[in-house]
Amino acid sequence: MKSHLLSTGDLSRDDALLILDTAEELARVSQRSIKKLPTLRGRTVVNLFFEDSTRTRISFEAAAKRLSADVINFSAKGSSVSKGESLKDTALTLEAMGADAVVIRHSASGAPHRLANWVRGSVVNAGDGTHEHPTQALLDAFSIRRRLGRLDGLKISIVGDVLHSRVARSNVLLLHTLGAEVTLVAPPTLLPVAVESWPCQVSYDLDAVLPKSDVVMMLRVQLERMNAAYFPSAREYSRRYGLDRDRFARLHDDAIVMHPGPMNRGMEISAEVADSPRSTIVEQVGNGVTVRMAVLYLLLGGSEPAIGGAE
Amino acid sequence: MSDAQNQARAVLEGPDIHRALTRIAHEILERTRGAESVVLLGIPTRGATLAHRIAGRIAQFEGIKVPVGAIDITMYRDDLRLRPARPLGRTELPPDGVDGRTVVLVDDVLFSGRTVRAALDALNDVGRPRAVQLATLVDRGHRELPIRADYVGKNLPTSKSEKVKVFLQETDGRDAVVLIKGDDR
Amino acid sequence: MSAYDLHEGAVTTILIRGARILGGAPRDILLRDGLVAEIGDLAGADAGQTIDAAGLVALPGLVDLHTHLREPGREDAETVETGTQAAARGGYTAVHAMANTSPVADTAGVVEQVWRLGQESGHCDVQPVGAVTSGLEGRQLAELGAMADSAARVRVFSDDGKCVSDAVLMRRALEYVKAFDGVVAQHAQEPRLTEGAQLNEGEVSARLGLTGWPAVAEEAIIARDCLLAAHVGSRLHVCHVSTAGSVEIIRWAKSKGWDVTAEVTPHHLLLTDSCAETSPLGPYNPIYKVNPPLRTAEDVRALREALADGTIDCVATDHAPHPVEDKETEWAAAAMGMIGLETALPVVQEAMVETGLLDWAGVADRMSARPARIGRLAGHGRPIEPGAPANVTLYDPSVRRPVDPTAMASKSRNTPYEGMTLPGHVVATFLRGRPTVLEGKLV
Repeated sequence: MKSHLLSTGDLSRDDALLILDTAEELARVSQRSIKKLPTLRGRTVVNLFFEDSTRTRISFEAAAKRLSADVINFSAKGSSVSKGESLKDTALTLEAMGADAVVIRHSASGAPHRLANWVRGSVVNAGDGTHEHPTQALLDAFSIRRRLGRLDGLKISIVGDVLHSRVARSNVLLLHTLGAEVTLVAPPTLLPVAVESWPCQVSYDLDAVLPKSDVVMMLRVQLERMNAAYFPSAREYSRRYGLDRDRFARLHDDAIVMHPGPMNRGMEISAEVADSPRSTIVEQVGNGVTVRMAVLYLLLGGSEPAIGGAE
Repeated sequence: MSDAQNQARAVLEGPDIHRALTRIAHEILERTRGAESVVLLGIPTRGATLAHRIAGRIAQFEGIKVPVGAIDITMYRDDLRLRPARPLGRTELPPDGVDGRTVVLVDDVLFSGRTVRAALDALNDVGRPRAVQLATLVDRGHRELPIRADYVGKNLPTSKSEKVKVFLQETDGRDAVVLIKGDDR
Repeated sequence: MSAYDLHEGAVTTILIRGARILGGAPRDILLRDGLVAEIGDLAGADAGQTIDAAGLVALPGLVDLHTHLREPGREDAETVETGTQAAARGGYTAVHAMANTSPVADTAGVVEQVWRLGQESGHCDVQPVGAVTSGLEGRQLAELGAMADSAARVRVFSDDGKCVSDAVLMRRALEYVKAFDGVVAQHAQEPRLTEGAQLNEGEVSARLGLTGWPAVAEEAIIARDCLLAAHVGSRLHVCHVSTAGSVEIIRWAKSKGWDVTAEVTPHHLLLTDSCAETSPLGPYNPIYKVNPPLRTAEDVRALREALADGTIDCVATDHAPHPVEDKETEWAAAAMGMIGLETALPVVQEAMVETGLLDWAGVADRMSARPARIGRLAGHGRPIEPGAPANVTLYDPSVRRPVDPTAMASKSRNTPYEGMTLPGHVVATFLRGRPTVLEGKLV
């Protein structure tokens, strides 16, 4: 008996709504003075991070601790892993330690799927290569629903380096499941081949898409991509695909702006836009803890997980 | 109709429930000197409904508005690992909270006492009441913890294999307490 | 060691009763002194041993143009001994051992070493392939002539695993090997278009977030090499063709009368990139990681048709053994390749014979005659007829059974067919009249 959160594609609409509704109740807990719940007392959650991501690790750590789980942070750097230990051996070590859940961040797409073959506990994908980052998508959906009251029928534009973005992949699948209409906006070089098989629209023209968008989600664009000829220069990228004040003004009044962080201010998003009241960027961080609590509770809180396909 | 339903017997009908809640409302008023600084907290789902009804009665009798809320105990249950993780109920505290108040917990059926134990833990995390009391529509016995109710609508002798189900207009379309014979095989 | 004498020309007479040569009517075949002596109704013939081959198909011993035996250097994955045992179990009597060993087979010394190990193993002939460039580094030609003149008599040269991507170097190699009737077998992969590539670039790679290996990276090199071969009037062989586009280019080159040959692997005839996503073994299982990658169902269809119409000349296994630890990893960290010698004939039966695309004569042509001709192996790939070397495979096409990696002779277990049910089973293999496999077991 095991179940995991590896891809948002594995979540049914009911699963996804259960996570969001649970997070909604848990959000109330975050507002009171005693934020801790006893629910996962005696359970062990291992944060297995093969990539540096302080933000995500801290978010998962806070979520697990608020549910009273024991948290073990296993950073691959400086550990046996950097001395050549395989993922499988690491998995067997965690298994021996009795991990009930392993939260894994890894630079290789599919590493969480492999790990799930080797451990008995639940595996939560905290970002794998250029594949997925399911809890980020869940917190994005949660943030949108809190701001706009719904997801069904919303027009959501995801802008930037879709090709290398695990956030984009997870969001396209999840938001589609939840009834939103997603449009990917990027230069053709930063869209995957066969993107037309995804459940979304695709556009190369940000200006045409903005006025019709209820939500604009800006993705981080790494400057290294410039050297691999994905685009000519940061300036050109920013001019064509950056969300600056002028473009922001063309959004309708209720539209919101999101960014999974960390931002390149002045590149894909201007500081003004990032700091505007219609930006959800700060609350996305807080919502991250809440949504991750919901995921950990639903995977570990009962005799068996309440979400995701059983294997 | 299945055998199980054939075995079901209504032990309280609408008017009985009405009378029981009226009595509880009166008792609360008596025991708390006119419901002074009382907060009614129902345990979702049906306990919360009952708390609102009791508050309604008190308002009717004395014209006092007693703060009402709900406290979800799911995350505090001691049997979480026996069943799949379940959806959370809603916790809604009155705006002034519970600190220094007399909290009357309201549940539909008192059985092992484990739910009430969880509610006491949950309550502990949201504030510090002056006192905590317990009201229940049905007390069916078989306590497994040292817990007893302060206000009881009806004491209902049951066997452990039987089930007691409470139906309320607001959630189920009718008022009734039904005793379902257990499977003794 | 068995009762059979390992030495060439040992006097051994074997009578095979009732075999269906190339699937034809049952005949008796008498093997004597390393040759096929007689064919017909030979009920009373005098023979040291008689083998009942009723219902079995007799094929000329199979020839593989593309085998990784891993010795020297990676004896943990395979040795010449275990690799040739696997070959014999798969019905092969000759294999071409690829050059990407450690040290690389880029000198007469290394190819002779491999050749000698093959001679000693005795399970099948081992014909070393020489590297095109020193150390497979793509900078400088290896001593092609010295390898050709060595005891190993190398005729096939390949940097397999790496592409000879430099157009000038490729041109020179194609020209140079003409002096000794050699052929350059190209691993067609444009390196810049495939940096970090993990899986066929398409819907599956996009969903899985794995760096794509685009078909065009193979097709562009094949097109260029065909043009180069035509320009200098040389022989070109294209390794493991994997895309429908490559098939089109090769068909075009052949229509021009250019001397271009091509091979396809069994796995590219049967499996698709969707294995990486929807296999019962779970997504991202690197057992399906191979280079060139598994492609789409459309490509598989085109490859089967091309093999049937002769555009693709032969089936070559690209048998690539890897130890368990090189596959029990994340996808990106895993080694590329799959073993294939022991499943090649069953896969070809499944993909080509059961589908009506090839008959047994066609199978013999694509798995024995043509690869032998491309590799210039005079003693192999000959029809089963009196006077021909007695290289014969007896195959039972009637059974279907699950693939069991643990029952394989290869030292490695990285077969993508684990758990699948495949038809057919090699019952016996004869190398110059001497059985290397009998009743499905190594002799």
